[in-house]
Amino acid sequence: MSRASRMVPIALFASLAAIPILREAGLPIGGFLPLIAGRIIIFAIAAMSLDFILGVGGLASFGHAAPLAIGAYAVAILDAAGIHDATIVIPAAMLAAGIFALVTGAIALRTSGINFLMITLAFAQMVYFAAGSLADYGGDDGYSLDARIMWAGWKLSGRGGLYAVSLVCLFAAWLLFRTLTASRFGRLLSAARQNRVRVQSMGVDVFAVQLTSMVIAAMVCAVAGVLLANEAEFVSPAYAAWGRSGSLMVMVLLGGAGSLHGAILGAALVVLFEEGLGRVTPHWPLIFGPLLVLSVLFLRRGIAGIGRGDG
Amino acid sequence: MAEPVLDIEVLRKSFGALLVTDDVSLHVAPHRIHAVIGPNGAGKTTLIQQISGALKPDSGRIRLAGQDITALAPHLRARLGLARVFQITSILPEYTALENVSLAVQARHGSAFRMIGPSSGTGPEPMRALDRVGLAPRHAIRAQRLSHGEKRRLELAMALAVQPRLMLLDEPLAGAGPEDTASLITLLAGLKQDCAILLVEHDMDAVFKLADDITVLALGRVIARGTPAEIKANPAVRAAYLGEDV
Amino acid sequence: MTLFIVQALNGIQLGMLLFLIAAGLTLVFGVMKFVNLAHGVQYMIGAYLGVTFAGWAGGFWAGLLLASVVAGAFGLALDVVIYRHLYRRSELDQVLATFGIIITLNEVTRLLWGSNPLDMKMPELLSGSFQLVEGLRYPIYRIAVMAAGLAVAGGLAVVVNRTRVGMLIRAGASNGAMVEGLGVDIGRLFRIVFGMGAMLAGFAGVLAAPLVSVEPGMGDNLLILAFVVIVIGGVGSIRGAFVAACLVGLVDTLGRSLITDLSHAALSATTSARVGPAVASMLIYLVMALILAIRPTGLFPARA
Repeated sequence: MSRASRMVPIALFASLAAIPILREAGLPIGGFLPLIAGRIIIFAIAAMSLDFILGVGGLASFGHAAPLAIGAYAVAILDAAGIHDATIVIPAAMLAAGIFALVTGAIALRTSGINFLMITLAFAQMVYFAAGSLADYGGDDGYSLDARIMWAGWKLSGRGGLYAVSLVCLFAAWLLFRTLTASRFGRLLSAARQNRVRVQSMGVDVFAVQLTSMVIAAMVCAVAGVLLANEAEFVSPAYAAWGRSGSLMVMVLLGGAGSLHGAILGAALVVLFEEGLGRVTPHWPLIFGPLLVLSVLFLRRGIAGIGRGDG
Repeated sequence: MAEPVLDIEVLRKSFGALLVTDDVSLHVAPHRIHAVIGPNGAGKTTLIQQISGALKPDSGRIRLAGQDITALAPHLRARLGLARVFQITSILPEYTALENVSLAVQARHGSAFRMIGPSSGTGPEPMRALDRVGLAPRHAIRAQRLSHGEKRRLELAMALAVQPRLMLLDEPLAGAGPEDTASLITLLAGLKQDCAILLVEHDMDAVFKLADDITVLALGRVIARGTPAEIKANPAVRAAYLGEDV
Repeated sequence: MTLFIVQALNGIQLGMLLFLIAAGLTLVFGVMKFVNLAHGVQYMIGAYLGVTFAGWAGGFWAGLLLASVVAGAFGLALDVVIYRHLYRRSELDQVLATFGIIITLNEVTRLLWGSNPLDMKMPELLSGSFQLVEGLRYPIYRIAVMAAGLAVAGGLAVVVNRTRVGMLIRAGASNGAMVEGLGVDIGRLFRIVFGMGAMLAGFAGVLAAPLVSVEPGMGDNLLILAFVVIVIGGVGSIRGAFVAACLVGLVDTLGRSLITDLSHAALSATTSARVGPAVASMLIYLVMALILAIRPTGLFPARA
């Protein structure tokens, strides 16, 4: 690993951690920047989990909004039942998303290429419409939470609370995926992307390796869903919309697939455009759209690849 | 005679009306190179695919070291000691030569699901395999940057690293220049100390140099079998190859 | 029973629109290996241009003709300027770039025509309805849409199966290297296929304009359905796209009415009003997952 690629993640985490501290210190950064940064962190968790299967494993899921929405709906359903204990909500969300990935992944992994893209999209569309049919949780209109989740009685409602928890989750996700990627399991997952048949002929059950990676990614993404629901205090089928899956994919590719920390850069860029520039002008897609096209034409490895001499 | 490493009995496979494997039986004895030859369309590739598990035969039986593998998944066949070298060079392009072989060694040594700790530390074995094929000095080079001949050697090293009982070599000399060919033949000849080999190859000079036994296929069926000398003298083989470059 | 017939006809009509979009999509992917998410944008552009040209040129027919041609030319221009640089790139690069094109053009449309839905008048000749059987009237325009879809399907079948270009398209879909080996100007073949596909999607947009509300982003959901169609049908196969388009159209339309009826019987009225449409919307995705689980390459794979 080059020096730069070690320093970039550290710098990223440091600047995300600095934002609320600077604000506490009285710097005039407004309430807007921490808000945006909080959402960047949450989407970075989701995008990083997608990067693990897509960038490392070559499994191009176009339905990664599904585990995000499942995590969010776990919050809504438990909220309606009066359960706000994080030690129940988070494991429940992870379990639900994990089971979803296990079942749908087992079917999706029978296909490859564009068919894999489309079957994962199909499963996410099912989640989207299923969420719309949950009449008790607002149906298409969505559901407003009664309260945020709590940890040992500590409510995540203060301005710094949810931000800090999200940042810790992002850091934990990064450590997890970095460890996995360097492990034998991760090397085989990456090897299967490079040459599936070769890995199979080494005696490795490629299907099991890939399915396991999809389940892990979905479970981590569900945590992002839990955080997102709490951040917005609102849940709706839009969490599973195909545009959301597309935008997670954009984050991964724009940041530089396979680099993990690139997902943070990609999430930052997308959220800054959608929600930052979106406040300035409703026509932000006129800048963001061409930027995507140009980045594909001229930056072959995303932002994380800039300066590595091979972008 | 020792128990055959690979034992194929009356294998049959058809695609629609086209019979591509027509009651083929074949035995590969330990530490011997068994070549399968035949004109284009003889069914060599489909035979290899049935042995490796990429295709399921319609009927018949395949045994590896006495164990029935006819219906086994490809990766499980590999674990029982079946290694492959592909017609089109098949390596992991983003990893170094050493990493390629290390991964193959690790795969043999245990679970693919070890998720904690870096994937290094496999001892001297991978380096020895690279040394065996003459790639030790190039171990730190990314596989995609190796020359064609070197990639071939790397693939052989990966196949060796799993300590196979049987190696399937599908046209290992395809695309190699004259110099590469000569040194690869020497290398291949030495491999039978390690395992039995089933060789499919178009280069007849190489086949006659390397093979201990030869089976000749034409239109999916076995038309001759024997030692290289017997095959050379066989009139049926000459007829099948008429018009082909022998 | 009469309701069932009407729904089945509506299903076929939706299927024909889907086929017009999916035909180009499946050929472009089959021949060029190009995943064009922005294909749905062609449909939207066709609809907007149709409305505009019909206003300028005085009538639906002029609008239909002009808009199809201009939409096709616009698609071709995009191909020449941007897409052809993406042919040899990975599927993911193609997805990212064409995703960028979608959001750009949706916004451009909003700028040029505003966010409010536009209306397109049906042509005089085809408005009104006629009696299918006793007590069952059906709009003429919808029949005309079906006829147009069938005519295009027939025309494409002739082009693909009987002409030299069609032979090359089929060869390209099953083995791209072979076509290049034949010494064909592959770039020209690509542009013919791409222009044809873009024009058909634009044509579908104009045809749909009187039936739907013309608004920015109207191509997005149809794009997803068109992808469902080509994946079910087997990527690269015109025949597969036709069969799958009819299947998706019918399943979607009939599913909606059947499930709403069934859930009315089983659940309370308010619950079924909410659950029914959602479950019905899931149906085509369920069908797709089922088909791909059994046949991972679709019903009529073009590639062996």
